[in-house]
Order: sequence, then C-alpha cells, then structure tokens
Amino acid sequence: MAHDHSKNGEHGEHHDDHDHSHLDEMELKVRTLESLLVEKGYVKSDALDAIVETYELHVGPRNGAQVVAKAWSDPEYLNRLRLDATAAIAELGFSGRQGEHMRVVENTPDTHNMVVCTLCSCYPWSVLGLPPVWYKSAPYRSRAVIEPEKVLAEFGVKLEEGKSIRVWDSTAEMRYLVIPERPAGTDDWSEGMLAQLVTRDSMIGTGLTLNPRDLS
Amino acid sequence: MNGPHDMGGMQCYGPVNPEVDEPLFHGDWEKRAMAMTVAMGFTGMWNIDASRFKRESLPPVQYLASSYYQIWLAALENLMVERGMVTMGELSSGRLEVPPVATNRTVPDAAAVVAGLAKGGPTSREIGVQPKYSIGDEVRTSALHPDHHTRMPRYARGKNGRITHINGVHVYPDSNAKGEGENPQWLYTVEFAAKELFGTGSHTVRIDCFEPYLQGTEK
Repeated sequence: MAHDHSKNGEHGEHHDDHDHSHLDEMELKVRTLESLLVEKGYVKSDALDAIVETYELHVGPRNGAQVVAKAWSDPEYLNRLRLDATAAIAELGFSGRQGEHMRVVENTPDTHNMVVCTLCSCYPWSVLGLPPVWYKSAPYRSRAVIEPEKVLAEFGVKLEEGKSIRVWDSTAEMRYLVIPERPAGTDDWSEGMLAQLVTRDSMIGTGLTLNPRDLS
Repeated sequence: MNGPHDMGGMQCYGPVNPEVDEPLFHGDWEKRAMAMTVAMGFTGMWNIDASRFKRESLPPVQYLASSYYQIWLAALENLMVERGMVTMGELSSGRLEVPPVATNRTVPDAAAVVAGLAKGGPTSREIGVQPKYSIGDEVRTSALHPDHHTRMPRYARGKNGRITHINGVHVYPDSNAKGEGENPQWLYTVEFAAKELFGTGSHTVRIDCFEPYLQGTEK
C-alpha cells in the first residue's frame, strides 16, 4: 500500500507536496462524509469524539508496558497471563475491542517472537492501541513471514546467534502481546520504572527493550 | 478469495521504512475515518467479517495504492451503498437524496460507544462437539482456494504443520462474511517450519486455523 506517510522514503520534496494536496482532498472528503452520516442519523458526532479520545488518551502501548512490567515482577501474575491472558490483562483494567482473546508470547534466550497480520491489520488494541502505519503496510505484512531476520534488521534488531524466530500470523481473533526479555541489571527496579523500558515495538517483536542505562 | 490483501510471502514491496516518531494520526481526517468506521460497526448493519471482505474486495490497484484508513473509508462507503443507507450521489455531494434507513441497532451516543469499546465483541461460542485434533497432532492445511472471504492465508495452503494450541470455538469468518450465520468452529494454532512454507529459512510461523481448514496426516 502507498507509503504516503513516510518521511524517510526515497521520494523527497516533490512527494511531500503531493502529500499535502492529497491530505486536503481527504480532509474534505471525510468532513463531507461525517456531515452526511450525522444528518442521516447514522452516527453522533460526540460518539466519534469519544472514540478518538479513547485511543488518543486511554488505550495505547503504555497499557501493554504495564502488563509486561507486572509479568516481570510478579511470577504469580505471569502464571495467570500464561493460563488466561485476557483475564489477567483485564485485572489491570485493559479489555475490550480487539483484545477479546489475548495470548502472551514470551521471549526467552532461545526464542524471539514477532507478530504480524498478513491478511489485514489485526493488532491487540486493548494493550497497544491503534497500529502504526508500517504494521499495516505491504512490506511488513508480506515479508515478516518469509524473511523475518531481514525485517528485524530494518528495525535495527540483530538477534544473538542461534536464537530462533517464531512469527505469529494473527489470522483469526486471537491477539498476541510479546513479553520481551527482562533487561539485566534491573533486579531492584519497581514496576513503574520497568514499564519505562518497554517500547511498543518490543511488544510486537520488531524491537527490544530500552537499555536500563539510557533511563538512569 | 485470492486478493491483494493476502500478502504473506510476497517479495515485491521493498523495505519496511518505519516512520520516525510517527504520530497516532496523520491529520484530522484519519481520526474521523477511524472513528466513523468503528462507530458505523455499532449500527449492526454488517459484521466484522463482512467489513474485512469488503476491504479485500476493493479493486487491487486501489487497494495497493491506498493508505489503510483510505481502505477502511472506501469499504465503509461500499457497505453503506450496498445496504441502501447512502447513495453514490450523496457521498460525492454531501447532500441528502434519500431518507435514512432504519439501523439494526440503536446508534450509540458517546457513553454507549465508550462502554461498547471497553466490552468488545468476543467471537468465542459454545458448541456441543469435541475438537477433532489434539495438541501435537500433525495436520495438513486445505489446498483449496475459496472464492469467498477466508482467513487461511495463501502461503500456508496445502502445507504440513503441527497443532500447538486449541483456542476454543469461534465464529467462522468464511460463513459469517457471507451472511450465512456464525457457524462456529474449533480454532487451532498450527506451527509450520519456514522450510515447509517457503523451501528455505530456519524460523517457524504459527497461524490460527479453523478446523475446516485442516485435515489429519497419515501417521
């Protein structure tokens, strides 16, 4: 699909100009559609505002980071996550749309997990919010299953020799959250501090956690 | 349906190019497009499988040339036109031409929408049938290329794998997308070696497969 949001693509300024007129066209089209749907009584504007606000303010990758930090800190919680991730995640107040059937997949010294949806854009909204453009884009969706090492390299991730890669293609309504490996040297860290190490991409499997040194 | 959406294993789309410091939305139109797509789902005029199929059914050139929210919008328009909710003329002019149709469910206000998002729409169901396969079973995926919506990706058809999880019974998208009812089926996670899928590679791929996608293999 079109990379019309890419700022670091190969197209340069001409492409950006094109993007602006294109954006204006989409703004107009969507405004026209909204006023039509409101006039016909199919949607309410305040409901649309509430949906936007939900994903701008309340549902995003900080939710998932809390789940990961607690999984690292509390072995009993990790166990509950393994048995019924949907219920264990709901304990922290995260539930609902596109997170109805959750599974956590744990990175270990032997295995690195990576999540994709080759058929559309399935993504665990309840813990990560809305997916980034690249996750929904043709390059990621096509290549994650056939050459995951190369895709990881494009994210700057180089795994240790001998570590195997397991790719999860979200083809049904199961939604996957990667629990990255806990960084060394964080034994006495609080859950709040640990959560700051957990990036969105580390919970998709296209990134690793931050280095603890970068935080202190 | 073998369509442009079924991208797994294609090699023609170039590098991933993640955007640095990507904003949640690129312009207001993306916010409203996302919100309208989600809100219209609450009217009960179609199910999620029908909306996925509508996105997949866009002309391939349009699908590949569109951003994801553009795909959502185009499919939303088509769903509404098909059900007589809006006309093509209304979509281009924004002016009312025909009266609204009654929606299957009440149009939600802000509070109802927030409650609905928090509740979600689980697809798990109960059926009085035991799963055909057990964890560890060797299975072969169907080699069929259905001409309708399906969640069995093309790159994994007619391949041998092993069941790693039984995920309960879920609404069967192949039936539900056609409006033929939920027809719930057992859902498994099946692991495939990259070598089996692509002839090369040392990784594994796990795919969620509904029972009708699978057959047992000779022991």
